[in-house]
Amino acid sequence: MAKTQLKEKTAPVVDDKRIELRKFIDEMKTKEHADSHLIDVLHRTQHLYGYLPTEIMDEIAQAMQIPTAHIWGVATFYHYFKLTPPGKYEISLCLGTACYVKGATQILQVIKDELKIDFGEMTDDGLFSLGPARCLGACGLAPVVMIGERIHGELTPKKIVQVLKEYRKQAGKEDGK
Amino acid sequence: MNVTPYRIILCDGTACINSGSRKLAAALQEQLAQHGLTDKTTVGLSGCLGMCDKGPILVVNPGYTIYGRVTQDDIPEIVEEHLVHGRPLARLAIQEDHLYNRFFRVFGDAKFFGKQMRITLRNCGIIDPENIDDYLSLRGYEALAKALTDMTPEQVIAEVEKAGLRGRGGAGFPTGRKWKLTAAEKAAPKYIICNADEGDPGAFMDRSAIEGDPHTVVEGMAIGGYAIGAQQGFVYIRAEYPLAIRRIKRAIEDARSAGLLGKNILGSNFSFDIEIRLGAGAFVCGEETALIHSVEGMRGMPRPRPPYPAAVGLYGRPTVINNVETWANIPVIILDGANWFRTVGTETSKGTKVFALAGKVVNTGLIEVPMGTTLREIIYDVGGGIPFGKKIKAAQTGGPSGGCLPEQYLDTPIDYESLARAGSIMGSGGMIVIDEDSCMVDVARFFLEFTQDESCGKCTPCREGTKRMLEILTRITAGKGLPGDIEKLERLGTMIRKASLCGLGQSAPNPVLSTIKNFREEYEEHIHDKKCRAKVCKSLISYEIGEKCIGCGACRRVCPVSAISGAAKTRHTIDQDKCVRCGMCFNTCKFEAIAKG
Ligand SMILES: Cc1cc2nc3c(=O)[nH]c(=O)nc-3n(C[C@H](O)[C@H](O)[C@H](O)COP(=O)(O)O)c2cc1C
Ligand code: FES
Repeated sequence: MAKTQLKEKTAPVVDDKRIELRKFIDEMKTKEHADSHLIDVLHRTQHLYGYLPTEIMDEIAQAMQIPTAHIWGVATFYHYFKLTPPGKYEISLCLGTACYVKGATQILQVIKDELKIDFGEMTDDGLFSLGPARCLGACGLAPVVMIGERIHGELTPKKIVQVLKEYRKQAGKEDGK
Repeated sequence: MNVTPYRIILCDGTACINSGSRKLAAALQEQLAQHGLTDKTTVGLSGCLGMCDKGPILVVNPGYTIYGRVTQDDIPEIVEEHLVHGRPLARLAIQEDHLYNRFFRVFGDAKFFGKQMRITLRNCGIIDPENIDDYLSLRGYEALAKALTDMTPEQVIAEVEKAGLRGRGGAGFPTGRKWKLTAAEKAAPKYIICNADEGDPGAFMDRSAIEGDPHTVVEGMAIGGYAIGAQQGFVYIRAEYPLAIRRIKRAIEDARSAGLLGKNILGSNFSFDIEIRLGAGAFVCGEETALIHSVEGMRGMPRPRPPYPAAVGLYGRPTVINNVETWANIPVIILDGANWFRTVGTETSKGTKVFALAGKVVNTGLIEVPMGTTLREIIYDVGGGIPFGKKIKAAQTGGPSGGCLPEQYLDTPIDYESLARAGSIMGSGGMIVIDEDSCMVDVARFFLEFTQDESCGKCTPCREGTKRMLEILTRITAGKGLPGDIEKLERLGTMIRKASLCGLGQSAPNPVLSTIKNFREEYEEHIHDKKCRAKVCKSLISYEIGEKCIGCGACRRVCPVSAISGAAKTRHTIDQDKCVRCGMCFNTCKFEAIAKG
C-alpha cells in the first residue's frame, strides 16, 4: 500500500489516556513490521476509552503514519470495535448456537421490552447498552448474557428481569454516594 | 481427630469463575485456618474440568471427591466433615457415573476412562495452568528436549507424518505433510501460527484447552518451529477470551524465563519465541489467509489459494498455521511416539477429538473421545442423553460450516470421512444437540444469518448468494414461503458452494442443504401447510386461552398490544388479529391455561 506522509500536528489535549496510548504506540513503532500492530493499538484504545473515538483514530493515524481511511477500514471490519460510547453497563447477549437453541431470542425479547432498546442502542439514562455476541464460550450455562465483565447464565425471562433490576439498584446506590 | 494431609483443587475455568469459584478460595482459607489445617492442606487451581454446568467445582484429594455447585456457605461443612472427620459430604458430591468423574480416578497416565480418552486435554483439570512447575512435573517440555537433542528436524516431521495427525481446525489436512511442504521452502524467515480464533458460535474447545494447559500449546509450537526452521511464532486468539489470553501470556513468559523459549533453547542453537495477536471478532479470520491479513494489522479478508501459506504466508513468507488442538497433540506424539498414537482412532483419522458438547443434552461441557466413537455414544453415554425425556432431533457438528444429522445417523463414527459422507463435517469440535423443541428451518436460518453477517463481502457468490438464501429462509419461517423455494435454495446453495472464494462461502450453504436433505418435510409443512411443528416460528403459531383460565387478568396486563380482553374472574380471550405472538401471556400464565398451537 502506498503511504502518504501525514503531517504530524501537535497533540491537541494532553491527558493521561492520550499519554498512555502514545507510549504504547511508540513502543509498537520500535518493533519489526510496526504497521501490523494497528489492531493491538485499537484494542488498547478501546480498553482506555470504552470505544474508538473519531479524534483518537485521527491521532493514531498521525502517530503511526497510517492513513485514517485504512484505520477506519480496519475498525469497521471487526465486530469487536465500537464506534459509539457504550452504556455504563454493556449487555452482550449471546446469540451463539448453544444459546440460540436454549432460547436466547426469548431473552432478547424480554431485554428489548424491558429497556426499550435494540442492538447497538443505549437507554436514555445511559445506563444500559445492548449488543449481540457470538458465543461467549460459556455454552454450558446457555443462554447467557455478559454485563460488563460478568457472565449471567441459565437465564429465563424472569431471571433476566431480576438481573437488570439488580444493576439498576446498584447504579442507584452508586449515585447516592 | 483424624487429620490427613489434603490437596484441594478449585476449578478456575471461566464458567466456574462466573459461578463464583473465586469467592470460595477465601472462605476456604479462613475455614482451614480456623481448624488449624492451613499447613496440612494445599489449595491449588486448575483449568476447566469440563463440568461447566455444575460449577463451581471443588475437588478433594486423595479420594478424588468432586463437589459441584459449591457455595461459600457450604465450605464450613466441607472442611468440618470431610477434612476434619474424613467423611465426604454426600449432599454435594457429584456421584453419577458420567463424563465428569470418570477420568478423575485415573489421574496421571490415563488410558481409558469409559468412552473418554484425554490426550490433548491430558493435563486440563489436573495441573495448575499458571504454574510451569506443575507442567514440568508431568513430563512437560520433555518432548521439546527430546526433539532438540535426539532428533533432526526431518525426523520430527517424519514422526508427525507417521502418526497420521490431521488438522483439528476443521479441514483435517495432514499436519506432517503441511510441515514438510513448509520446511522445503527456501524463503526465510519462516513463521509458525497457532489458530485460536475459534469463531464457531457454540464451541469452546480451544479456549478451555488454553485455559487449562497453555504450556502444551507453547511446547507444540516450539517443536513445530524447530521442525520447519522458524524462529518466531504467533498465537492469534480471540479478544473475547480474556482469561485464556492471560494464561497463554503467562505461560510464554514463564517458558522464556525458564530458557524454554528465546535464544538458544536448552543450550542448543535453536531459538524461538512467541508473540500474541488479538482477534477482534470476525469469523472469517479463522480462515488461514484472512487470519494472516489480520496478524498483519489489516482487514481480515481471505485471498485465493494457491499459493498456500506454506509457500506464501505471513509477511509473504512460508508459514505453518495449525489449530490449538493440533499443536497440543505434538508433544504427545514426540514423547510417546507415532506408533502409540496410531493405535488410537480409525484407519484414516488417528488420535482423539475434543468436542464442546452443548445444547439440549444433560451434561454440557468439554469432552475428548477417540476418533471412531459414535455420535450416539457421545450424546447418550458421555453426555447423559436429552433432558426432560425429550426426543433428539439432530446433532449439529461443524458449526455454521457443518450440517445437522438426524437420529438415523447417530451411529456414524466420528472421523473426517464418515461425517462428510453423512452430510456434515468434523469441524473444529462444536457439537450442539437439538431436540424436538427446535425448528430445523429456523436453525438453518440461524446459521445462515450468522454466515451472511460474517461474510467479508469480497466475493459475490458468498456476499449476494447468502443474502438471497437468507431472504428465502426468512420468508419461509414467516409463513410466506412459495412453492419452489426449496428447489431455489438447493440451486443457490450448490452454486455458492462451488463458486465462493474461501471456506466460509464454500461451506455456508451446508446447514441449509443438510436440513433440506434430512428434514425436507419440515420445510414443506412451513411452505404448504403454514405449520411449524416445533412451534418456534412466530408467524405460524397462535395462542388460545383454554378452560383452565380463572380470569386473574395477568395475561391481559402484560399483553403489549392489548389483544386480550375479558372481565375479572371470567375466561379471557385473545384477539387473533391484534396478537403479535410475543408469548408474554404464555410465559406469564400461572395456570397453564394458554395453549400454543
Ligand atoms: C470460515 C472459516 C473459519 C475457520 N475458523 C477456524 C477456527 O476458528 N479455528 C481453526 O483452527 N481453524 C479455522 N479454520 C480453518 C483454518 O483455515 C485452517 O485450515 C486451520 O487453522 C489449519 O489448522 P489445522 O491444520 O491444524 O486444522 C477456518 C476456516 C474457514 C474457512
Ligand atoms: S453459544 Fe452462548 S456461550 Fe456459547
